[in-house]
Amino acid sequence: MGEQQDPSADEVGCKLISLNIEFSGGLEMLFSNQRSHRIQIPVKDSSEQPANVGFLVRHLCENLMKDKRKDLFVLEDRIRPGILVLINDADWELEGEEEYLIQDGDTILFVSTLHGG
Amino acid sequence: MKTILEAENEALKKRISELEAQLASRSNDASVTSQQPYPPPNAANKSEVKLSLEEYKRYGRQMILPEIGIEGQMSLKRSRVLIVGVGGLGCPAAAYLAGAGVGTLGVIDHDTVENSNLHRQIIHSTSRVGAPKVVSAITYLRDLNPHPNYVPHVEPLTTENALQIMAEYDLVLDCTDHPAIRYLINDVAVVMNIPIVSASALRTDGQLIVLNNPPGVGPCYRCVWPRPPPAESVVGCGEGGILGPVVGLMGIMQAIEAIKIITKNPARDIGRTTMTLFAAYGASPFRCLKMRGKKAGCVACGSPERVGEKITREGIEDGRMDYVAFCGGRAGMRELREDERVSVAEYKEVVDKGVEHLLLDVRDKTQFGICQLAGSLNIPFSEFEDSKHEDSEAEAIKSKFQDQPKDRPVYVICRLGNDSQIVTRQLKQAAIFPDDQVFDIKGGIAEWARSGIAGEFPEY
Repeated sequence: MGEQQDPSADEVGCKLISLNIEFSGGLEMLFSNQRSHRIQIPVKDSSEQPANVGFLVRHLCENLMKDKRKDLFVLEDRIRPGILVLINDADWELEGEEEYLIQDGDTILFVSTLHGG
Repeated sequence: MKTILEAENEALKKRISELEAQLASRSNDASVTSQQPYPPPNAANKSEVKLSLEEYKRYGRQMILPEIGIEGQMSLKRSRVLIVGVGGLGCPAAAYLAGAGVGTLGVIDHDTVENSNLHRQIIHSTSRVGAPKVVSAITYLRDLNPHPNYVPHVEPLTTENALQIMAEYDLVLDCTDHPAIRYLINDVAVVMNIPIVSASALRTDGQLIVLNNPPGVGPCYRCVWPRPPPAESVVGCGEGGILGPVVGLMGIMQAIEAIKIITKNPARDIGRTTMTLFAAYGASPFRCLKMRGKKAGCVACGSPERVGEKITREGIEDGRMDYVAFCGGRAGMRELREDERVSVAEYKEVVDKGVEHLLLDVRDKTQFGICQLAGSLNIPFSEFEDSKHEDSEAEAIKSKFQDQPKDRPVYVICRLGNDSQIVTRQLKQAAIFPDDQVFDIKGGIAEWARSGIAGEFPEY
């Protein structure tokens, strides 16, 4: 499954990187109720820039998210307030946020902050 | 029942006045110590506390741990901990901290015990349903360990009282259930130089983070969450549900962190702030995440670029901070006009008269499975929400009612009467049924059950 080639990426002769996408705190409900996804994305975005987290978020919205309520994940083209992004279990702020360049095998975790108690 | 409560009430009032007297006599040192930097003021007056022989025995099993020792036990006895919210998190946290021998344990909550709390709020009890949670909690705690000073605060924590109340404590446990109060606790704790042990839980997940620790060094709530989530994305345990032991576990972990903060020499051990995630049904239930540090420009604990944005004691005190508005207020429902709604009694009449109609229940499938009214059609609210993103919302909605006669009145019901209003409006706009024949049932299934209008019906 994880090794599957994305034909559209192949056409443009683009290499793919594999990564683990995880959701927590209820966000998984927006992604087919599945907490963990293994996906592949092109190494470079449409303007030939190396794939960063900003590109990944757009990719997830367009390809992985079946739920139509995009505004529960992204607001004004940014991750909505209340969602933390962790790159290999470290706060994305430590890694450069949207500018972080994705490496093969990375685990990106999106956590919706809980408030109940 | 009432007389027991009254007696408890009397006893607590007496205790309050005793404590107030004690505090008054100590007020001089309090005003000095509250300005001292971390470590908390209790570290300075080592000689003041002593353990009784009974206490040596009671705490022996934890005192023999090298992590605690006699010094740790003395620190616990000198410490003053405030628990904000004595619900699913606060109950186990309070029990373990009382058991461990914390010297002063303050408990603040304005709520009363309800029967639907008891699957998780384990220090309350069936016999104390209706009692203030704070009174119920202290009744349990005093029986568990009579040594600590228990300080009841039967009121909500507000901008008016927060500074005064929190000034009496060295550590605060945020066991609340709404972002507005979480920001308030944070801002006051930062101003007062108090560390925060913060936890939250929903459904089968929990989160734990220690903030402002040591004060002025570790990140605060606003460093991690500078902007509040949109109000409509905030789900409480009442709506989302909660598995009792999940929130209990998070509360117990708060007690562990509190004990660590109180008994550790903070200067020796400043680690990176981490957040612990717990997912009961996850492949690896515990995860520890490395979090960002204190933000230089944080409006609470840092130096914001625009100086006027800095949150100050005065700003909180004079009510300049509107936390509810900051978090987008409460979702007030005024979707429909009065003539577009019927009461449960009016709907009961429709049923009794045998009027042909469609009853549309928009709760999710799990809730619909718990109980439902006879003959109702279940189409979950989420499907109506999804239809808003279709090319034609009206067509998407219409397709759901293909098999239904269109000449009959439609009554829409949900759990509490909010979602049903939104769906009623959508149905009217989609013009599938005659416009004046679509009604919302006020108060939903909950009101149907509470009113007892059709005999026994489960309330959940």
